[in-house]
Amino acid sequence: MQTLLRPFAIKSSGDLARIGVILALAGLILFGALRYDNFLSPFNILSFLRYNSMFALIALGMAFVIITGGIDLSVGGTAAMASVVAALLSPYHWAAGLLGGMAAGFAVGALNGFIITKMRIQPFIGTLATMLAAYGTGLLLANNQSVSVSYDTGFTVIGQDDFLGFPIPAWIGLAAYVLGWLVLEKLPVGRHILAIGDGEATAGLMGLKVERTLAAVYLASGTLAGLAGVILASQFGAGQPTEGVGWELFAIASVVVGGTLLTGGSGSVGATLAGALLLAMVFNILNFENGLGWISLSAYWQSVIRGAFLLVVVVLQAKLMARHRAI
Amino acid sequence: MLLSMQGISKAFAGVAALKSAALDVEPAEIMALVGQNGAGKSTLIKILTGVYRRDAGDITFDGKPVDFTMPAEAQSAGIATIYQEINLAPQRSVAENIYLSREPKRFGMIDHAAMRRGAAAVLKTFNLAIDVDRPVAHFDAATRQMVAIARAVTQNARLVIMDEPTSSLDEREVAVLFETIRTLKRSGVAVIFIGHRLDELYAICDRVTIMRDGQTVAKSPMADMPKMALVRHMLGKELAAFQAMAPDQDVPERPVRLAVQNAGAGVRVRDVSLDVREGEISGLAGLLGSGRTETARLIFGADRMQRGTLRMDGRERTYREPADAIADGIGLVSEDRKIDGIVPDMSIRENMTLALLPKLKKAGIVDRTKQDAIVTKYIRALGVKCASPDQPIKELSGGNQQKVLLARWLATDPRVLIIDEPTRGIDIGAKSEILKLLRSLADEGLSVLMISSELEELLAAADRVTVLSDGTSVATLPRKELSEAALLSAMAHQVE
Repeated sequence: MQTLLRPFAIKSSGDLARIGVILALAGLILFGALRYDNFLSPFNILSFLRYNSMFALIALGMAFVIITGGIDLSVGGTAAMASVVAALLSPYHWAAGLLGGMAAGFAVGALNGFIITKMRIQPFIGTLATMLAAYGTGLLLANNQSVSVSYDTGFTVIGQDDFLGFPIPAWIGLAAYVLGWLVLEKLPVGRHILAIGDGEATAGLMGLKVERTLAAVYLASGTLAGLAGVILASQFGAGQPTEGVGWELFAIASVVVGGTLLTGGSGSVGATLAGALLLAMVFNILNFENGLGWISLSAYWQSVIRGAFLLVVVVLQAKLMARHRAI
Repeated sequence: MLLSMQGISKAFAGVAALKSAALDVEPAEIMALVGQNGAGKSTLIKILTGVYRRDAGDITFDGKPVDFTMPAEAQSAGIATIYQEINLAPQRSVAENIYLSREPKRFGMIDHAAMRRGAAAVLKTFNLAIDVDRPVAHFDAATRQMVAIARAVTQNARLVIMDEPTSSLDEREVAVLFETIRTLKRSGVAVIFIGHRLDELYAICDRVTIMRDGQTVAKSPMADMPKMALVRHMLGKELAAFQAMAPDQDVPERPVRLAVQNAGAGVRVRDVSLDVREGEISGLAGLLGSGRTETARLIFGADRMQRGTLRMDGRERTYREPADAIADGIGLVSEDRKIDGIVPDMSIRENMTLALLPKLKKAGIVDRTKQDAIVTKYIRALGVKCASPDQPIKELSGGNQQKVLLARWLATDPRVLIIDEPTRGIDIGAKSEILKLLRSLADEGLSVLMISSELEELLAAADRVTVLSDGTSVATLPRKELSEAALLSAMAHQVE
């Protein structure tokens, strides 16, 4: 076992959990490919990526937040509000919609950072408040209904079209993840984010700029949620103030399945992506299973199954880690 | 002169923590900084490193006046601090911890290879060959300390402050640490060594600065400061004032109720033997860090005794948890009332009967009549000054809070009462009242084990005193032989 795992360079129990999620994802893909005819068809793969890119973006921001030992509950509300802002601005120029939506997310992220680092409010409470505020703002701006986007300025290209045969949202997601990986693994600030999650007071005593770094992390999370909102509006042709409910929980689940500890100080960008894809794929597989006609599961049941799946993964991780520690 | 701090004052919420304290350190000098709890050592260091801002005073470092507003500034000026709890990021690797905030970079990105090489190289100068990619949490305390020192060295620190660096190390690890400190000294780095174990201070330090009550009371080359004098400077107060209280009669040899033989656990309690006799107040003395509170916890079953035996009324007993000790009639009034003892918002009535509630139940409900009877009895017996039993305990003075806590244990009818620092934070008048109370309880047959860092208290109240040094009981002094000089010399005792 030791020699088998050496290529992965396991230095901590977190590494083990992260390898676990990648193996689980591979297993699920293999299962789908063997069981369903069209599972690996370009159509399924591309629509899977197109739809799930927004969730992956939010999960990426959430991973950074959780690595610092915090939480960002506002991402769902932010995405909903940003989709409305993007839809409202889309008639002027596609870029107005894109940048406007991102700016909305940026603003919520900046507010989160301010509340948490300057006013010293717990992230859970602070982002709960901004979540409610963001939903409310979205509903106000949208007059309590969905806001149609403009089809004349090319705004819908962002969510619906392909580039080099690949959905544009997937390109955006890929770019964000590469950037995120670079920041966390290769830039000093990434190490500082990890060290802050390991112990804020200690990080301060070691001379790190704790407040500034934390503020930047919440800013990034908000902006990524804004971007997800832009994709939502563009993909479905409307700003949707009532969407986004529960997205933060899906993002937290993805991060946790990806082996990032909720206590902070440990985590990986790649495994977060694997975690997000893994949870999304459970849905995809269940859809296929319904399609086979053997069983018929409603969307509600799918949620239950996804929850059970999350629990199994987390319990397995805990057991793996306990064993690793015992070695 | 590398560092000079003069006239440093600091108050927290109006309470003076430092009153014109001073500290100076020469280059390549190892300076011991000693003092009791609350003497102001930590505050002084935190002012130097920019954690706190001073109210008054001057600091010069390397010939220039300095005024650090945050730890990062002190670090870049060349002052590195290794705190007692060793501040490293536990899940990050050794190499990352050494270079955190000063990572070697190539094209803006971290040069992991250079970082690894550099970390291994600096650790090698301390004869430490470890996998620098492993998280710091995987290593023992001594190694983590070495990593923290390596971090200081790579920061080009000219002054390294170590706050009780040996508190969690065993003897072999202490030797390694001292070798490292000597290496630092040879390369011209000065060290401020905060510690309590006298033999260690004498082994490694060049000079000593002694603090008491927020002031610098003495500084001298280590060799010119006899141990007795050092201890006297640390503790010395109006010793004579208390002498009058002391009972001077010969104490009859009463039967032993609680006997502890060669007890030990971990490195904090090495080898402690003591007897607590019927109707006696036994004192437990020793400097900070000598293992007094830890010994009490062992007896009480709060920590497991790994070595040695404990006899209660001649029968050997093993206490796995405090409930076992309580069932045998042992009570413990802990040192910190605020943390372990009182529930501030609850009434005197509730605080007093907290440990007793199971016995007061009638059909599952607290029997108010019985509760009232007990509360009234002890308020009168101990002279608790309060408006009514329903007054929140936080409104009482420290001395009266202590009495309520005492009552809580007395109501359980203990045969042995361990009381840790019974008069801490209590004013002089209330002090003698508490001590008188303990005496009258002893006269009624209770065995008291009183832990105290105040010599005058021990001299005034104890029938015999066991002295601990470095987790070892080094002397037991009966009443007849009890004197300030005898206590001081036992406390300064070196364990061979």
